[in-house]
Amino acid sequence: MNAVSQTSLQASAQGFLARYEGLKARLSGNVALRAAGAAAFAQQGLPGPREEAWRYTGLRVLADVAFHEPVVLLADGAAQLAALGLIDGPRLVFVDGRFRDDLSQLPEGVSVQTGAPAFGRIADNAEKMVALNTMLAEDGAAIDVAADVDAGTLLLVSLGSDAHGKPVSFHPRHAVRLGKGARLTLVEVNAGVGVYFNNPVLTAEIAEDATLVHLRQQMEAPGAFHLSTVFAEVGARGTYDSFSLALGGKLARVQVHARLVGEKAMAHLNAAQLLGGSQHSDFTTVVRHAAPATASRQTVKNVLTGRSKGVFQGKIEVDRIAQKTDGYQMNQTLLLSRDAEIDSKPQLEIYADDVKCSHGATVGELDADQLFYLRSRGVPVAEARNILVRAFLAEALDPIAHEAVRAGMEAAIAARWAAELGTGDAA
Amino acid sequence: MLEIKGLRAGIEDKEILKGIDLVVPTGEVHAIMGPNGSGKSTLSYVLSGRDGYEVTGGSATFDGADLLEMEPEVRAAAGLFLAFQYPVELPGVGNANFLRTALNAQRRARGEAELDAVQFLKMARAEIKRLSMADDMLKRNVNVGFSGGEKKRNEVLQMAILRPKLAILDETDSGLDIDALKIVADGVNALRSPTFSALVITHYQRLLDYIVPDRVHVLAGGRIIRSGGPELAHELEANGYAAVVAEAA
Amino acid sequence: MAAVTETLDTVAAVTEGGYKWGFSTDIEMDMAPKGLNEDIVRLISERKGEPAWLLEWRLKSYAAWLKMEEPSWAKVQHAPIDYQDLHYYAAPKKKAGPKSLDEVDPALLAMYEKLGIPLRERAILAGVEPEEGERPPVAVDAVFDSVSVATTFKDTLAKAGVIFCPISEAVHSHPDLVKQYLGSVVPAGDNYFAALNSAVFSDGSFVFIPKGVRCPMELSTYFRINARNTGQFERTLIVVEDGGYVSYLEGCTAPQRDENQLHAAVVELVAMTDATIKYSTVQNWYPGDADGKGGIYNFVTKRGACRGARSKISWTQVETGSAITWKYPSCILQGDDSVGEFYSVAVTTNRQQADTGTKMIHIGKNTRSTIVSKGISAGRSDNTYRGLVRIMKNADGARNFTQCDSLLIGDQCGAHTVPYIESRNPTAKTEHEATTSKIADDQLFYCRQRGLSQEDAVGLIVNGFCKDVLKELPMEFAVEAQKLLAVSLEGSVG
Repeated sequence: MNAVSQTSLQASAQGFLARYEGLKARLSGNVALRAAGAAAFAQQGLPGPREEAWRYTGLRVLADVAFHEPVVLLADGAAQLAALGLIDGPRLVFVDGRFRDDLSQLPEGVSVQTGAPAFGRIADNAEKMVALNTMLAEDGAAIDVAADVDAGTLLLVSLGSDAHGKPVSFHPRHAVRLGKGARLTLVEVNAGVGVYFNNPVLTAEIAEDATLVHLRQQMEAPGAFHLSTVFAEVGARGTYDSFSLALGGKLARVQVHARLVGEKAMAHLNAAQLLGGSQHSDFTTVVRHAAPATASRQTVKNVLTGRSKGVFQGKIEVDRIAQKTDGYQMNQTLLLSRDAEIDSKPQLEIYADDVKCSHGATVGELDADQLFYLRSRGVPVAEARNILVRAFLAEALDPIAHEAVRAGMEAAIAARWAAELGTGDAA
Repeated sequence: MLEIKGLRAGIEDKEILKGIDLVVPTGEVHAIMGPNGSGKSTLSYVLSGRDGYEVTGGSATFDGADLLEMEPEVRAAAGLFLAFQYPVELPGVGNANFLRTALNAQRRARGEAELDAVQFLKMARAEIKRLSMADDMLKRNVNVGFSGGEKKRNEVLQMAILRPKLAILDETDSGLDIDALKIVADGVNALRSPTFSALVITHYQRLLDYIVPDRVHVLAGGRIIRSGGPELAHELEANGYAAVVAEAA
Repeated sequence: MAAVTETLDTVAAVTEGGYKWGFSTDIEMDMAPKGLNEDIVRLISERKGEPAWLLEWRLKSYAAWLKMEEPSWAKVQHAPIDYQDLHYYAAPKKKAGPKSLDEVDPALLAMYEKLGIPLRERAILAGVEPEEGERPPVAVDAVFDSVSVATTFKDTLAKAGVIFCPISEAVHSHPDLVKQYLGSVVPAGDNYFAALNSAVFSDGSFVFIPKGVRCPMELSTYFRINARNTGQFERTLIVVEDGGYVSYLEGCTAPQRDENQLHAAVVELVAMTDATIKYSTVQNWYPGDADGKGGIYNFVTKRGACRGARSKISWTQVETGSAITWKYPSCILQGDDSVGEFYSVAVTTNRQQADTGTKMIHIGKNTRSTIVSKGISAGRSDNTYRGLVRIMKNADGARNFTQCDSLLIGDQCGAHTVPYIESRNPTAKTEHEATTSKIADDQLFYCRQRGLSQEDAVGLIVNGFCKDVLKELPMEFAVEAQKLLAVSLEGSVG
């Protein structure tokens, strides 16, 4: 088994490398950085099943698909975009990984540059999916908010299309930089149709006293692959406040590296994964407390139905210097069918003594007493389940301050639940 | 006898005690009253040797020995007991085990014979009975899951078992209902003898109805601004601290 | 006070300062030449006069080991182990398996006396107070380097139907039982160190509790590494038939030596229907000095199979010794309603590294497991809890509760928690909680205000922190464990 998957992973990696060789002369952006990414990818390949960080998420299904460079322009992106029902306001829209001026609305008070990958400074090619991205990135947004500017809300939308008639992969590379005391709410939506592989990398440099609210809604097509990586670096008293909702895709993984490098920096890494069918979704975080009095909070909820598989890996690292760290992490899973699976690995790695760190993990089904209580009050069973699942997710969703975005996420969850998950073998 | 002369102390760079002069002769109970922030708790911590307080001047001796030079446990063995305003929880540590370890450590330091488990339990149970406390007090973990009142009662029980020469009660009455207050007061009064002295630190006069002090001192702004007999407490209750502070200024 | 408590007290008081069990004993040894190859495996088997099937098994294990790689996933670091630079067989020169204590080398007896291990039955019996009559004496199997030197109370146990003897003896006296169960829980090729052990295991204890028998006394094995450059590879096998019960204790010490010594043991437990096995360990192998020089590399595979319905296996360990501890006592909960427990205290100081935890594999319906782990790190040590809870598809109604707490003493050490939770059954419930903290200044001050010295206060608070685990130990062991904790942490706070 391992040998087989090893081989297909290698073959797939070779495919990506060949594509790079063919493309490199005409890809824009920093050549040296790209070459470094390619060298790292050539050496590392795709992550395999024996790697600790990937033990629960195998990429064989991804490796079995040959992905191509997107070449055809999707004509009616507007229709697809409209179907998403997004909030109004400035937006940066990428289709198959390329910026689409015609679909976008540039924000005011924020500098945005597109047309080349925004490599940023802090992503690490040792992360294999980052190396792949660095090697093949074509486009991306460099978003800069000047000191003390409250830039409001900006949408970052990715649409994957089936315009090519064959599976494509795209590797957008975004960089967000917030000056001292700046503020931005970045709402990221990933959606699409058909079979494609979306491999975005986003770096966020958050200066002192700045706040980036990063709300992510992954609703990729049922046949799609989504492997994204975020690197966030937070300065003194700054905040990286993120929420990731995973609804779509066939195989998905969201990986967040948050580094708290200034005193009293703070990170929220909340997430909800609502999965059905044979979906596989992985939420992996590494929070590094590298300065004193930093704090991190993670609330991660999984609701799994059908034959889906959920993964949570969360690591809190506390450096020796990071005294008075306050780290908290909670992962809770509802298993709603006999064939669903959860793998959870919360992890603490602590080198400072004056810290308060804790994590918890629970797995179970819906509480039978609660269900009965609702039914005894006349609530039909399906409705009762619905209520309890929404209540379960609320703890992760409630902290989203942007009401319209939260309402949109709740609507997306409700739609997904109604369409598929709330019925079937979930009883 | 406790003798404090010109004691100055504070936390970090902030001076809180600005020259305290106080003598508590053996056998007497003195009360220290004062408004919030006057330095009452600082005084009790400095006398008992808590880390983080810096003594910048003056002296404090207990029966002639320099209190400020001693480690906290040496002060305890010398007979100084602090009833904490906020008693600390020790998860997994049984009250009986804790008290016996403490008592024997003190006895050892004083060159006295240690008590074995049987002797200790006999003595402890007698004290519990005398103080009308619940039997399970000894079995429970130190202050873990105790109500505020139970914690204070536990402090009094510990005091009764450890038999100090000088007890400092740091706002032991705060958060107590009247029944608990009586139990605490009875505990202190039971120890009153020509060889026992106490420093009762309190914000209110109420406790002093039950533990009648020989002397009352008013602490404000890090200094003792007035001293008197038990009637001073009533005057404070009637007129408030502001009047006394203003008068002293 | 029971005899064992006294003897354990003696253990603690044998010598002063640092590691108190570090003396070595001058005994004439029969040693195999250094190195490992097929001939050594054959030599070990031959010295023990083993049947052909066992030699075969050893050779197969050796072949499997050759193909394996030393695992690298644990959070421990050490210089490469030169497996060819060790003796794989060392035994006191007097003939193995003496019939009575009179045949045991007097120097050995003296050593056990110094350690306080009761090998003379009469002395033990005489020390038992009547009011503690319900607490029977402890039968001891003493393993010195590679060989069991004495087993006490064999006759009393035999009357109850209990077999308690060195495994090397059981191979001859109960070959069918050994053949049936050896390697049935930890297969020869299970992991690198288990394979090595299967190839070269020297001795260890064998326990068999027949149907319906409650073992009349606690059984205990006392392991001692003495010889230089010697690996110790003992193998313990405990089988409890339907309705049986046994409580088994294990203690370990080693002399203070500058070089690292390898200890790779395997323990297999089998509990049939309604059977209960309680396995307690106080591991106090030499941990090395303050700079991390010397000490035992403790790579141990311990696993129990709850094969029958309502069977129960409970592991309790107090790990204070060894330079490196790599150990995951596990339970395979196969029988419906079976129960697995893991209670652990691991203390690391100086340069010690511990990577320890458990695996609870829930296979049967309504299986339950409890994990309570208390890690204490001090000095420049690293202390890792690593645990797996796996709920298989058919484990309806399975329950797990895990509590992992770490205490850091000083800012040069590390405390790590790596739990793996894998659930494949919606009716199962798992709960995991972990916390990290330090001894609060106000706790220390409170204790000192009551008259305790700083060190006594730390000892008291640490013992309180570990209470949920210590209370699972048989009383005499708990006393020793508490003292060990205090001794281990001496000088850590200051």
